[in-house]
Amino acid sequence: MHEWALAEAILTTAAQIAEVEQLREVTCVTVRLGELQDAELGILKFALNEMKSDLFKNAKFRFLRAKTELSCRACGNHWRFKKEKLDPVTVEAIHFVPEAAHTFIKCPKCGSPDFEISSGRGIWFDSIQGVK
Amino acid sequence: MMIDPRVNVIAKRLVNVKRVIAVSSGKGGVGKSLVASTLALVLKNEGYRVGLFDLDFTSPSTHIILNVPLVAPKEDKGLVPSLACGISYMSLVYFIGENPAPLRGIDVSNVLIELLAITQWGNLDFLIIDMPPGIGDILLDLLRFINRAEFLIVTTGSLLAFETVKKQVVMLCELKTPIIGIMENMQQTPNICCSIEDKTKKLGLPFLGKIVFDPNVESAIGDENKLLNTSIGQTLKHVVKNF
Repeated sequence: MHEWALAEAILTTAAQIAEVEQLREVTCVTVRLGELQDAELGILKFALNEMKSDLFKNAKFRFLRAKTELSCRACGNHWRFKKEKLDPVTVEAIHFVPEAAHTFIKCPKCGSPDFEISSGRGIWFDSIQGVK
Repeated sequence: MMIDPRVNVIAKRLVNVKRVIAVSSGKGGVGKSLVASTLALVLKNEGYRVGLFDLDFTSPSTHIILNVPLVAPKEDKGLVPSLACGISYMSLVYFIGENPAPLRGIDVSNVLIELLAITQWGNLDFLIIDMPPGIGDILLDLLRFINRAEFLIVTTGSLLAFETVKKQVVMLCELKTPIIGIMENMQQTPNICCSIEDKTKKLGLPFLGKIVFDPNVESAIGDENKLLNTSIGQTLKHVVKNF
């Protein structure tokens, strides 16, 4: 996912949660980032700072990297995604749409494209903290 | 707290899109992609700002119909669709080229959410969506994320096509989804017992028109002006007057 779109999605979602939780100020947002999507942390943090409202003026944004694990549905093989083995154009395609992995990656054991991204696909909220 | 934040920006991406029209059918091979692409061209020629979004991720073809150059979309707080024939165009092919996309249901849903979340459509009068056949993941996800989408349903004169269309219509009606109407494509001989027009009226839906089988359609693929002169283009010029 594009970092600016991602930043907007994080802030929109955090604001919705803050409203439900009746937080008047958000102090910490923790997000889990899958390595498959390969988001640039520097750009993401910059975008968050540029776009954030007063609700987040003192908020810290923490990012937890999640390893990407793939499981072959055809032969049951499990393996770790390593972007170093891919060319830059493929890495860029997977960055924008992680499911492009099914086009460019095959099971190293049997060659099948029918695998599950069992962890580390995209982004997920881990936690949000704030002042009521 | 396993919340996917992508879904929360989808409505924002479409806030300046006035109407979303999903060109759909219960059956494959009835000409949805040709109708969707030509509809986008006709509306653009009428002076509207038009987008075309190919949601047939495993069998995309609108980029071939409109001869879209596979140049990566520009980045500006997301991805800005490239202009093809004056139409804002988005498709998975920008990312995977002409390679196969073997996607299961959950993957299809994820691609849709991702593209909806990152695509900056801007100001559009119409966003035309080329749907895959049937009432599977994409249709259900479209209803979930763009519940104001209106459906233009395409069929042929074949009983087999219309029976699947009926199932789709029943489901959409149960969900109170707006249906613009049904079009008959590739009409070759008059229907013997009961015309598609009559069958459409029995369903309580508007019949938008019949597109006579045009042998020139195949040679018009990739050529905007030729597409507009096919029976599909000519019929759609009349249809959009009632939009």
